[in-house]
Amino acid sequence: MEVGLEHYLILSTVLFSIGLYGALSKRSAVVILMSIEIMLAAVTVTMVAFSRYIVPTELTGQIFTIFIIVVAAAEAAVGLAIIIAIYRRRENIDASKIDLLKW
Amino acid sequence: MGLEISFWILAVVTIISAVAVVWLRNIFRAALSLILCFLGVAGIFVTLSADFLAAIQILIYVGAVAILIILAIMLTREVEKGSLSNKLKIPVLVTTLLFLGVAIYAVINTSWSVVTLPPQEPTTSAIANQLFGRDGFVLAVEISAIMLLAAIIGAVTLMREE
Repeated sequence: MEVGLEHYLILSTVLFSIGLYGALSKRSAVVILMSIEIMLAAVTVTMVAFSRYIVPTELTGQIFTIFIIVVAAAEAAVGLAIIIAIYRRRENIDASKIDLLKW
Repeated sequence: MGLEISFWILAVVTIISAVAVVWLRNIFRAALSLILCFLGVAGIFVTLSADFLAAIQILIYVGAVAILIILAIMLTREVEKGSLSNKLKIPVLVTTLLFLGVAIYAVINTSWSVVTLPPQEPTTSAIANQLFGRDGFVLAVEISAIMLLAAIIGAVTLMREE
């Protein structure tokens, strides 16, 4: 069977759903961050697939993917720094117990 | 033919390792399967003839982000507790499956205007022309440099002992 655009889109949809499930249902903040990274990887797969199959002569999707990767790296650095700062203060990074801002 | 076989192998490896990230109880093993997932995504970039992005994916995700995550796991002693789910596990599962079904239905029933041109190879110089050339993305490159600087300063400030 010929592999086309739909295959890549369905693959990235499945990856995004797995990441979404992990991000919404896990307690540990590190695992939530890992799930968000999976979601970002799924989005980059979509971008590159569109760039390959819809506009093969331009590389706009790949350029956007580079910026997504840059933002994801910055997000991971700051997010993990916040998690470690919270751990220092409260000895715990359970996302359902960090509820100081919850009404 | 080789493209199809490699796509299916990479897709299966990527999805299984992504499921392992949310399934495994041991957080350290989850982080290791996250690395496998990133490698699978890099392989999928290769099948899409995005060679530069595959190299970038391995360098940044496997080389930097995964190491950061493993370091955070070790610094926060999360391995002892394991990766637990919160109270909303079943509703979240139902919602996610619903989203998956709707999204796959939308993908299958849309008629994409696919162009059957051969892909550009190699992509590195073309990406450089797009990024730094005339009418390119130079402003975005400069802004992302400032954003990385801000992220580094923010991370250092957050981690500093009072």
